[in-house]
Order: sequence, then structure tokens, then C-alpha cells
Amino acid sequence: MRIVAKDLTYTYNPKSPFASQALKGVNIEIDEGEFFGIIGHTGSGKSTFVQHLNALIKLTGGSLTVGDYDLSDKKCKFLELRSKVGMVFQYPEYQLFAETVEKDVMFGLKNFHKGMKEEEMAAAVKEAIETVDLDYEDIRDRSPFELSGGQKRRVAIAGVIVTKPEILILDEPAAGLDPLGKKEIMDLLHHIHGGWCKTVVIVSHDMDEIAENCTRAAVFSEGRVVMEDTPAEIFKRSDELLALGLDIPVTAKCARLLKEKGIVIDTDFTCDDFIAKTLALYGGAGGAPKAEGGGNAQ
Amino acid sequence: MEAVKFENVKFAYREDEEDFAVNGVTLSIGEGEFVAVLGRNGSGKSTLAKMINALLVPTEGRAEVFGLDTADSKNTFEIRKSAGMVFQNPDNQTVASIVEDDVAFGPENIGVPREEIGRRIDFALNAVGMQAFRDATPSRLSGGQKQRIAIAGVLAVMPKIMILDESTAMLDPKGRREVMDVIKKLNKERGMTVILITHFMDEALEADRAIVMHRGEVVMDGTPEEIFSRSDELETYNLTLPRAAYISKKLAEGGMPVKGAFNAEELAEEICASLQKI
Amino acid sequence: MLNDVTFGQYYPAKSFVHSMDPRAKIVLMIAFIVAIFLAKNFFGLAAVILFLIVAVAFSRVPFGRVLRSVKMILFLIIFTAVLNLFFYSGSSSYKPLVDWWIITITYESIINTIFLAFRLFLLVMGTSVLTLTTTPVALTDGIESLLTPLKWIKFPVHELALIMSIALRFIPTLMDETNRIVAAQKARGADFETGGLIKRAKAVVPILIPLLVSAFRRAEDLGDAMDARCYSGAKGRTKYKKLTFTWRDLIGLLFVAALITGIVFLNIYLGGKFEILGYFL
Repeated sequence: MRIVAKDLTYTYNPKSPFASQALKGVNIEIDEGEFFGIIGHTGSGKSTFVQHLNALIKLTGGSLTVGDYDLSDKKCKFLELRSKVGMVFQYPEYQLFAETVEKDVMFGLKNFHKGMKEEEMAAAVKEAIETVDLDYEDIRDRSPFELSGGQKRRVAIAGVIVTKPEILILDEPAAGLDPLGKKEIMDLLHHIHGGWCKTVVIVSHDMDEIAENCTRAAVFSEGRVVMEDTPAEIFKRSDELLALGLDIPVTAKCARLLKEKGIVIDTDFTCDDFIAKTLALYGGAGGAPKAEGGGNAQ
Repeated sequence: MEAVKFENVKFAYREDEEDFAVNGVTLSIGEGEFVAVLGRNGSGKSTLAKMINALLVPTEGRAEVFGLDTADSKNTFEIRKSAGMVFQNPDNQTVASIVEDDVAFGPENIGVPREEIGRRIDFALNAVGMQAFRDATPSRLSGGQKQRIAIAGVLAVMPKIMILDESTAMLDPKGRREVMDVIKKLNKERGMTVILITHFMDEALEADRAIVMHRGEVVMDGTPEEIFSRSDELETYNLTLPRAAYISKKLAEGGMPVKGAFNAEELAEEICASLQKI
Repeated sequence: MLNDVTFGQYYPAKSFVHSMDPRAKIVLMIAFIVAIFLAKNFFGLAAVILFLIVAVAFSRVPFGRVLRSVKMILFLIIFTAVLNLFFYSGSSSYKPLVDWWIITITYESIINTIFLAFRLFLLVMGTSVLTLTTTPVALTDGIESLLTPLKWIKFPVHELALIMSIALRFIPTLMDETNRIVAAQKARGADFETGGLIKRAKAVVPILIPLLVSAFRRAEDLGDAMDARCYSGAKGRTKYKKLTFTWRDLIGLLFVAALITGIVFLNIYLGGKFEILGYFL
């Protein structure tokens, strides 16, 4: 399902002294199959935008289509849309509520597929729990509240992907985790992207995360999309990002400093590519021969 | 005198359990030091932190803060006056609906006279750069601002030690920067002893000393540079290198004569230098 | 962010009423309510209304803003008024105007209803002048201070005030949290809008449980944070904010005293509300 937003506007508390315009004409296109990143400050409108995608916020200005669903149409089947567009909020573990992990994960299924047979549901839940890399037999009857932080987050994600949404949106999926936990969550998202959900959209403050993982990204600023491109192209415009008060990946910072010294590294700003290109540059300039596989050159 | 001294400290959350969250830590932290504590979730970092200001008391061993035994409840009040603590969630630490009232809470608790409380609020809000928000409502502030108010609330008690228990974990990069700038300033300009518990490796680089915890034990202790140069060992504790350090390590393995770099600036310097050497 | 709009109804402004001591304002409001119920005839009621108009004028809160607070309970006022109109059971010295089935309308019931509606209306208006001009924090401080004498009978005044101020502090936080949880469960297909009572009650569980869990977690965190900031009860504690009684408060109290005295005189000289009927009929 393709996402197309045109001139999307949204105002909180309209016609009151507290009115604040969160979206001021957002144009964005996200193709099926992308691993899309959304970047921006707190309050740049990115969360408001994302919540439009499954009609948690009703469209009030502009147009938005998600696949065949036209969200400006009052007759649009919003419940059906929500089953196709999964949404994982920040710190999703705080929405767990059922007595057992199994029941919690089943919640979405029961809501969306009312006529589904008990066995079918159990099978889907098992698959979802295994997909997020948890031991189904071990965990199914446990209370979600007694799990570790990382496990809780996985259960929460399972509870969203259980309906096999075509698009999965995650707001800061790695927030608050330790470095390894972060890596595990990103690996999990790639795994889901490979099979379960055709499109993955992540909202993230971590530019390294965007550079490493996304096929394309959009930069939100003050209710508008100011850039929409591949991370490689976006981070080439580091100066603009810094001017917006945003961070840039370490690789971009380094490339920027090197450029000032007249050294140009043509990289897509992923760590691996940066290393390879730098070594190539060094080798090309007559440095020590580049060893295969990054081993030590003697 | 050392600010913090732990001697073979153990702590178990349940009495009958042999499962120690902190398992035999011996540690001393000097006055004015800036120490980062690293480790995976559940490695015992927070438990350790809470023992420094007597929120928890060792099950075994002895913990002292400025020579006062934390296990003696007569010392609790004095210890908490000298060791303040800021927590993770910026929303869960303020008691009042107005910033100045919240900052006043600590001084009120220790019986500071009214006029002096006013001066302390000025001082504390100034130190965190939030003087313009004296009459603001905490719930309307950004995460970074909320945490700075929490720091001010602790500062107003005039502690000598400031413990930050993952206080940057829930903030966006801007908020993290704000908080880091404040605590660095407190350490450098006021000689405040800072104990910073964090997941962010680049924050640890700003400390004078880093401690790695693993399964309730202190397994590494040294300058951040030393710690991050022992990358293989770090990996066994499931910790990662700061990205710049990772890149410089890989470049060195690829044959470039780069030394360990810990941030983008150093990395650029190193790459530039090795290219010029050719 | 958006929840602050609905939270409390403090109207920020600098005015005579705003800068009054909250204690004086609370006492004033209680006296005002006494006056409302003391007034036995229309002249007394008019005096109360005049007092209210003066108070609103000195508070610099737009009159419409004060009226808006009545809107919420307008239904309640109308409902009580209608009941009272139709089923007034007091004795009547005049012939009923309407006497049909179980409904009886008399002159007395009409007058009684007008009185009731006005009293309720004034009650709400008076209370909202207080809440519009006083921050919840100041209100809590005022209540704490006024309750201080109860400390003599070991009533935990300080604790009560602290609980109130913490509750106020956490309302916006928990409202935000509720919105987040509602959105998250909606995204998982939860339906809070349709269905009968039982279905709706069941639908609340996925919101209530996470909210409770979170409230407990927050309470625990807050407990630690308060301990870490040396909280150990009311003993040995000082207070930063001192309430000060000024000439404004004195004027306010004198005015309300004058109001009550005036009403008592009006009652004595003009009699009760029904006696006025005699002038017209």
C-alpha cells in the first residue's frame, strides 16, 4: 500500500486561544516496500502526521490516501484501515493490560477479526510471538507485567503485528533501551520488514539509526516536510540539518570535517560504507594495501 | 576524604534470595570526580546508585558517603543532603505545579529559612539556565527542561554529590545535550562530584572516569578512553563502542595508521593525518 | 499540552481579585454563599447580584468567561427548576394557575423556582470567580492555612495539602497518558464509541489497567524522588510561600460583611419572597 499525503494540515484546539497548527501543508509519498524514516524535533509535527496514517487523528485539511483507502472520504472503513496500518507508539510496553501475554497479543485480532476461530487466533498469536523472537511456550501464560523491559516491548510489538498489517509504523522503537537492546530491536524490524509487513516507517531522533537502516527518509520542521530523499542525499545536506538544529550521523560529521580539509569521501553515511570508502581512498592514494574483510594488514 | 566508599557491598531485593543485584562491589569515588557508570539493563547500575544516597541499604558490606555509614538510619538525612539524585522519568519527579514551588521542596524539607530558600531557588535555576521559567508549569515544559528543573530541585538542597540515574534516557538529542551541558558545568565550575548512569557511550566520554558493571559486579574501571580501547572485553559485557571509536578501530584493522578516535573530530583528524602520511 | 486547556479553569490576569490572599477569597466565597441563601426577597437577591458583578469587574475576567462555567451545569439548573415548578408542595394562599394531573403551578411555585434558579446560578458563578482568579496551588495553600487549627486535634493538614497539590500536579500528566493509551488501543482495533453499556464498560479495561500500572509506577518513582530530596514529613519543615493578608483582603471582607448585613436588613424590612406577591395581586 502506497501512502500519499497532499497539503495535509492540522490544528490542535482550533478556534481557541490555545490553537496550535501542527501541520502546515505536508506533502509526502511513501512507496510500498520502503523502510522509511521520519526525522524532526519534538513538536515538528511528525507524530501528528504519523497518527493520520491510521486515522487516529481524523483528516481535517488536505488529502491522504493509504493504498485504496481515501481518508478524506467519510465512508472510509477506518477499522479495516487500522488493521492494515499497525502503529507502535513510543514505550509501547506501557499499553500492555491483559493477564497473560497470549491474551494481550490476541487483543488486536479479536477486535479486527470478530469471526475468527479460536485455533486460528492461537496460531496467529504463536507466529507473532515467535516472530519477535520470544519463546511462545515459555511466555504465553506469563503475566506481561513480570517480564523484562526488552521482553515487554517485544510483546507489545507482537500485539501490533499479529494482524499482519501491510504497513508498520513505529515511534522511537528503540527509545530507552541499552545499545544491544537497540540493535536487537532494529534487527527485529528488518526481519519483520522482510516478511510480515511490506512497509516499515520509523520515527527516530537517532540519525545514525536513520542512516544505517532506512531506504528513504523525510525531515519534518515546523509542520512541513523540508526534505524527502535517501539518507545519503539527506545527510549530504548536513549544513541545512544543523541549521534546523538537528543532529547528523557521526559519519556525516566526520565527512563534513574532512571536506573542510579538502578530503572528499563519497559515502552513503552508513558505517560500513564509510569505512570501505575511506580505506579505498587510502589505498588509492598509495597507502598500505587494503586487506580483504577488514583484517589486519601486516 | 572520599565522597563515596563501598566495601564489598552486596544487595538483594528479596531477603531469602541469593540472587544479588549488586554482588560484592568495592569502589571509591573522590570528591569532584565525574564518573560514568555503564552496563546493560539489569546489570545493577541503578541499585548501586540508590545505595549512594541511602534509598537502599546494603544487604552485606559497608557503604559510606563522606565517612557516614549509610546503614545507620541516624545518618540517612545527612547523607541525602550531601548526595542528591535525579531519576529517569522527567514526569515523575516534580511535586508542585509551579517550577519555583518545586525547587523549594528540598530546602523546605531540610528546614531552610524562607529568605534563604528564595536565594537558593535563584541560584539553582540560574545554574541550570531555567531562571526564565520560575513561574512556569512543569507539565508544559520539554523533557530536557523538565530534567533541568529536577536537577535544580536537587541543587537547591546544596549537595556535594549529584547522581543521575539514566536521567537522559527518555530525552531527545537536544534535551540530552542540555542536561549534559548543565552537569558538566556543575562538575567543572563548582567541583560537584557527578555520578552519571547512562546507556549512551558518547556521554561516558565526557566523564573523567568510567565504570562498567556486569551482573552486579564492577568489571572495568578506568578513563573512558582506556575502557573504549578494550573493545573486545567491552563486547563480552554486551556493550558497544561509540560509533567513532568503532570506525577508527575498523580503519586500523583495514591497514590505516589511525589511532583510537572517540568522536567525529578526532576521527577526522586521524583520517586526515594518515592520508597525509602517504 | 492540550490538556492544560481543560485542566482547572484559572484565568491568568493581574487584577485586584487575583492578587488577594487565597484564604480571604475562600472565606469571601463562603460568606457569599451564605448571603445567597440568606436573601429572602428579590431586593436581597439583587444585592447579591450587584456584589457579584462588582467582583467580576474587579477580577478582569471577561464576563462571558464566567458565564461559560454555568453552561456546563445549565441542564442541571433547568432540570431542578422544572421539577420545582411542577411539583412545588408548599402551601399556597392563591388559586393555582395550572392544576392538571399531578402537575400544579402556583404563584408561589413560580417565584420559588425563580429563586432556586438564581441561587444555583449565583452559587456557580461565585465559585468560578474563585477558581478563575486563584491557581490550584494557591487554593491548596489557602485551604491548608485555613485548616491549620485542626492540627491541634492531630488532623494531618500538611499531608492532606501535599496530597492535594501532588494530585493537581499529576492531572495533566495522567490525562496525557490516558490519551496515549487510548490512541494505542484504538490502533489495535479497540472500539470505545459503539455498543451497549456492558460492552463499553469492558472496553475501558485495556485503558484502565495500563493507567493504573503507570500511576503506581509514577507513585513509586515520585516516592523515591521525594525521599532523595530529604522529605520526612511535616516535622522540621519550613515553607517558602507565605500567604500575606493585605488591605485588599480587608476591603473584600468588609464588602462581604456589608452585603450580609444589608441582606439581613432587607429581610427584616421587606419580608420574605412571597410577601411581595401581595404588592402585585
